[in-house]
Amino acid sequence: MSRLDPPVLKRRSFLTLASLSAFFTALGTAAAGMLRLPNPAVLPGPVRRFKLGPPEQFSVGTETAFSDQNLVLFRDEEGFYAISSTCTHLGCTVARTQDGFACPCHGSKFDAKGHVVGGPAPRALPWLEVGLAANGDLIVNADNEVQDGTRYRA
Amino acid sequence: MEKATHEFLANLKSLPVNIKNAWFRTGNAPESEREESQATFNNLFLHIHSVRVHVRTLKPTLTFGLGMMAASNFLLTVITGVLLMVYYKPSTDLAYQSIKDIHFTVSTGLFIRNIHRWSAQLMVLTVILHMARVFFTASYKRSREFNWLIGMGLLILTMALSFTGYLLPWDQLAYWAITIGSNIANSPRELTDALGLTHFFDPGGLQKRLLLGANYVGQDALTRFYVLHIFVLPVLLVILLGVHFWRIRKDGGLARPEDEPGGLAEWGGERREVFQPLATKTYGLMALVRGKKPAVNRGPENTVMSWPHLFWAELAVFMLTVAATMVLSFYSNAPLKEMANAAIPENPAKAPWYFLGIQELVSYSAFTGGLLIPVIVIVGLGLIPFLDRQLGGEGVWFGTRGEKPVFWQSLIFATVATVGMLVLTVNFGWLRNWFPTIHQLWIIAINPGSLLVLIFALWSISILRRKNSIRLSAVALFTCYLVGFALLTYFATVHRGPNWHFYWWPSQWPVH
Repeated sequence: MSRLDPPVLKRRSFLTLASLSAFFTALGTAAAGMLRLPNPAVLPGPVRRFKLGPPEQFSVGTETAFSDQNLVLFRDEEGFYAISSTCTHLGCTVARTQDGFACPCHGSKFDAKGHVVGGPAPRALPWLEVGLAANGDLIVNADNEVQDGTRYRA
Repeated sequence: MEKATHEFLANLKSLPVNIKNAWFRTGNAPESEREESQATFNNLFLHIHSVRVHVRTLKPTLTFGLGMMAASNFLLTVITGVLLMVYYKPSTDLAYQSIKDIHFTVSTGLFIRNIHRWSAQLMVLTVILHMARVFFTASYKRSREFNWLIGMGLLILTMALSFTGYLLPWDQLAYWAITIGSNIANSPRELTDALGLTHFFDPGGLQKRLLLGANYVGQDALTRFYVLHIFVLPVLLVILLGVHFWRIRKDGGLARPEDEPGGLAEWGGERREVFQPLATKTYGLMALVRGKKPAVNRGPENTVMSWPHLFWAELAVFMLTVAATMVLSFYSNAPLKEMANAAIPENPAKAPWYFLGIQELVSYSAFTGGLLIPVIVIVGLGLIPFLDRQLGGEGVWFGTRGEKPVFWQSLIFATVATVGMLVLTVNFGWLRNWFPTIHQLWIIAINPGSLLVLIFALWSISILRRKNSIRLSAVALFTCYLVGFALLTYFATVHRGPNWHFYWWPSQWPVH
């Protein structure tokens, strides 16, 4: 290619393209930066570790529903376990039925251990971590899910 | 007295007249067509109309005034919305009490709130009907494709405005509807969970966090919904509405068939010849709009002055809309349930009627019914003008040959398919009832909603092949979606009760 041939890209077109791409890069970065703002860095919310009272309060073979905490606490021969009563489908609170749980919103059904037996729920009701607080009360951490079948022996 | 004093007194005397002339530049009621033109294009609010309008577009049965009705309803929601903002307090502690104040204490508060709610509902209804009108009159075709897309944007914004407004009263209805709605935003997790990807890639969680600002519906959600409802969405809607109107004008008015030279048009009860070439006619800039042929050398005889004909028509539609909204608001009060309670869900927790079709789909699979199918439908609708590019039939109801039979066949087909699917689902349950251990992916992929979409698509393809026409297959698909939407909405409204069980009538719901 000789020096006299017309350039593939004119200097003016090159500068136009370069400045336009600089402009749109800056615009895109600014937009992305602004869109960062509504994505919360810290999720506000109440503490979801609930003290439910001394273990002796719950006798073997019983269950206790805690509606404000959205969980049901069970005690059987093997120990304590807590099942969340927030439906895994779209977050409604399930109601206790004779043979399990039923969701009022879209008809999901679970057995007494929280496993899905019908309806649209994609997974079982979560079993929550049960432990003992320093003062001897049972404590349930509703943010921590445990393998179903896990019991806590107090 | 000095000259200046005389002049001052004279000015004072003619003050009202001068103010009026300054305001109305064209003087009194225009008498000539020239003055009528000036009245239109000298006025900021009228100049978005062209000066003359085709007689066909004024025929009430072409549009039924549906677009104008939707815009009128939007105006009503803006006015009543501002009034409600005088008392409303967007905080979880005060929101419910302030709505209660508006409901029971504020003078005319209940009536204003009713108007706000009814005009919002009528807006959703008229926007949907307007879309159906534009579709069935083939008015989306070249060069109006872009305005069809703007219309889709307006549809989405209308739905988003309704959805965000639903939370603000902070009652049980609001709280549980938005809990469900935000979990639908979260529902891609259903898919990523089933694939084991959520840990690395969680678009659902991001959407929910952006919407709620938290993991649950609380103060952050209320603040965000309030900002969206009273500012972001209305401003976007006004901008798109401006573009929508502007494009109607620039695309050459409402879609209509080409006039036959020497043909007859009916206007004002008389038939007159529509085309008389007047070579001496000159045209101002305001007559230069996009059309298939330049307007030069074609007489404007098949058009009439926008002032007064079009403006009377628009005013009449506006008055009718206001009257209908008033009557509905007078006889039917907006609901206000108990204050939001995170421990006890409403049973049944039903979304507003226009989302109930989606709620029925969601009761099969949250991801498929709540996100996938709506996105497929919206994208499919948006693509119509780009896939169906053959001109013909614009501005005439069922204007292409063979459209009416296809419409009726599709109506019957979609009714049978939807009712059949609902009967099957109600009587026999679905996959999980037959195979309790089935993997969630199967339920996401195969459920009554996705099957209906598939059946409708197959029907449309069969029309495409049998009738050898893209327009007819689009008519088939659009009719199927419309019927599916209407039937699912009806079914979820009337036949779904507590625990989302089937009931013949709400009166059979168990009392609790």
